[in-house]
Amino acid sequence: MSDLFTLPVMLAGVIIVSLNAYVLLAGADFGGGVWDFFATGERRVRQRTLIADAIGPVWEANHVWLILVVVLLFTCFPGAFAAISVTLHIPLLVMLVGIVMRGAAFTFRTYDSQRDEVQRRWGRIFAIASLVTPIVLGVCVGAIAAGRVHGENAAGFASAGFLASYVTPWLTGFGFAIGVTTLALFAQLAAVYLTVEARDTDLQDDFRRRAHIAQGVALVAAGLALILARRDAPNISRGLLEGWHAVPLLLAVALSALWTALSLRQRTFHAARIGAAAQATAILWGWPLAQFPWLLPPDVSIADAAAPATTLRPVLITLGVGALLLLPSLAYLFRVFKSSTAVAKPS
Amino acid sequence: MSDLLAARSQMAMSLAFHIIFAVIGIAMPVLMVIAEWRWRRRGDAIYLELAKRWAKGTAILFAVGAVSGTVLSFELGLLWPRFMEYAGAIIGMPFSLEGFAFFTEAIFLGVYLYGWDRISPRAHLLAGVMVAVSGAASGIFVVTANAWMNSPTGFDLVDGRMVNIDPIRAMLNPGSFPQALHMTLAAYAATGLAVAGIHAFLLLRRPNHPFHRRALGIALMVGAPAAILMPVSGDISARYVARWQPAKLAAMESLFETTRGAPLVIGGIPDVASRTTRWSIEIPKALSLLAFHDANAEVKGLDQFAETDWPPVTIVHIAFQLMVGLGTLMAFVSLWAFWIRWRRRDLSKERALLRALVVVAPLGMVAIEAGWVVTEVGRQPWIVYGIVRTADAVTPMPGLVYPFALFTLLYLFLAGVVGWLLYRQIVHSPSPTELRVGTQPLRPPDSWLTTDEPITRGDRGGTSGQ
Repeated sequence: MSDLFTLPVMLAGVIIVSLNAYVLLAGADFGGGVWDFFATGERRVRQRTLIADAIGPVWEANHVWLILVVVLLFTCFPGAFAAISVTLHIPLLVMLVGIVMRGAAFTFRTYDSQRDEVQRRWGRIFAIASLVTPIVLGVCVGAIAAGRVHGENAAGFASAGFLASYVTPWLTGFGFAIGVTTLALFAQLAAVYLTVEARDTDLQDDFRRRAHIAQGVALVAAGLALILARRDAPNISRGLLEGWHAVPLLLAVALSALWTALSLRQRTFHAARIGAAAQATAILWGWPLAQFPWLLPPDVSIADAAAPATTLRPVLITLGVGALLLLPSLAYLFRVFKSSTAVAKPS
Repeated sequence: MSDLLAARSQMAMSLAFHIIFAVIGIAMPVLMVIAEWRWRRRGDAIYLELAKRWAKGTAILFAVGAVSGTVLSFELGLLWPRFMEYAGAIIGMPFSLEGFAFFTEAIFLGVYLYGWDRISPRAHLLAGVMVAVSGAASGIFVVTANAWMNSPTGFDLVDGRMVNIDPIRAMLNPGSFPQALHMTLAAYAATGLAVAGIHAFLLLRRPNHPFHRRALGIALMVGAPAAILMPVSGDISARYVARWQPAKLAAMESLFETTRGAPLVIGGIPDVASRTTRWSIEIPKALSLLAFHDANAEVKGLDQFAETDWPPVTIVHIAFQLMVGLGTLMAFVSLWAFWIRWRRRDLSKERALLRALVVVAPLGMVAIEAGWVVTEVGRQPWIVYGIVRTADAVTPMPGLVYPFALFTLLYLFLAGVVGWLLYRQIVHSPSPTELRVGTQPLRPPDSWLTTDEPITRGDRGGTSGQ
């Protein structure tokens, strides 16, 4: 286990922790867009307002976690970043369009005319972008996990042909199962968080029901991904089912999922929020644990891909110092907008 | 269109788009904070209205700036993977620091926009200050990464690979200070004068309107000093370019032959084939004087470099002339405004000055675009000056013209919408009822949030549910 505490592994760990924060925070913002899309019934306007109010003050800060992931990846593992950028050019491009349209449309809706048709038009773009982006994010992760992004590629690309180089690596059943899992997890997180933020039982019940549905979809999609992995990503399948971590990981997913479902049923929404976050976290960590010590399986390890220690050490120090600045600021943001006393303020 | 040209065009278009939002995101919070501070100090409700409108503008522009910045951070890899593979480890440091600055900016902007009625006045003002400071810091960090591409340091080159990497020294490369200073001042000058020009235009139509008078005062307070300092920082930048990127300087000045006591070439169109510049004005020895502070210093011409290593001379020369010309004009108009204030006259009654401010309003942004053309096109054919060629850095993926077309359309659409929203939200003059001046007593600040103005989510401050 001594190779766990090397600089490259620690920084890879920081990247996954940042991705984890992105999933739990920005993921829920995307999930909010999903529920904006599926807003139905007589309370649909109030559902949409609750979502917009929940996302408004925090989505930009939540989005920065992704920037941190990208920056740390190209700083600490530049070759792997280059390989990912080349092979996954097309899905990453789609994801970027989704990110741009989601953020822009949400902001435009807030500041454009409050007339219904204008609001609906921006809302539609915001919602569709929120649906597409998480799927594509999952597809990209799926391609890496399946070992379809190769390190040494400069020469191989010209000869292999366009489809083999730029399309087939990510176009797999496994990848799309991961994409749907990602989307459903984001939707589940959003629905559970919104049960906490809703101020009346009707809205709470709306999102409680949605949380149950999303959890069901997420677990089925994750199971499907596991089955498809035997065909499309045998290495990840072995890693998930055979390593030392297999049993604790599956237990963690099962228990947190059960905890979430039961808490929702009993209307203990704060407990459900913890459960949903734990469930998403356990599923996410399955990925790096299953492919450890590889960064781009099957042939580029974390150690191989790492930048020199003269880069990694100052970056790690910067992260430590930056965290001292960042974490209190984030705590302040969430205390102002997300603590129950702040939300309970009557108008 | 070749893939290399498509990649360069996409990068240029993405940067040209993002930089507008980035500079406004740096400077606008300063205007907003000054307006809020004056409202808190003087109790003049017009300043509150001003702070809120500028905050809304900042919110729209910051959001587009944040997402277009995200696009850029991915495009570094999508378009230039070999560059990132080569240089990621060495320029990652400023990007990591920028990540934290951007985080701080996003957090406190959320607090500022949605926290009007949730936190104490002092905390609210402080949140605005945090946005302004971290916005400037983000810009500075990113510019140091660009400066490294112009004057790469902090490594040893062994067999074409960078070894003994020192990211701190790379970040503190010789270009960092001149470029960061020039860009930060440019952000304040361009944004300040753009806002001043808008309100000058509205004052010409509605003289004495109290809202626009106050807006003009604050905008000039930020824009004018920066515009006046720009020539000084330009001089620092020019001397840096002369020393570290002689080929770029030669292209900027279309100096084809190495010359002692080189003249300053103003205007004109370079003709690369005949190695001359037509229709230009030459000031003897002025280039040597400006570049090295010595009238007889030798300035390297393009003849010192193989022609395959020349940047596109015509583009760089014209962009440089444009930047300097517009910057000079902005500095003169700013000095004029200072002189009026010095004489203790009312800026809003000087119609000639107001007209001049309207004319220069868009020029700062044009000058910034021209300046980046000088920096980026002037570095060609290198992506890392003297070390990595742009052509060697581009992605092997074919068909790059399609992503270029896609993002061009996307950004044109966004630009149109942002323009319309700003016009709708910020520009139109508030009516007397909106400002509550004269006829009605001023209401306490909280009830400002529930006036008959069109209510937006931003205004309601996310009062959660109903």
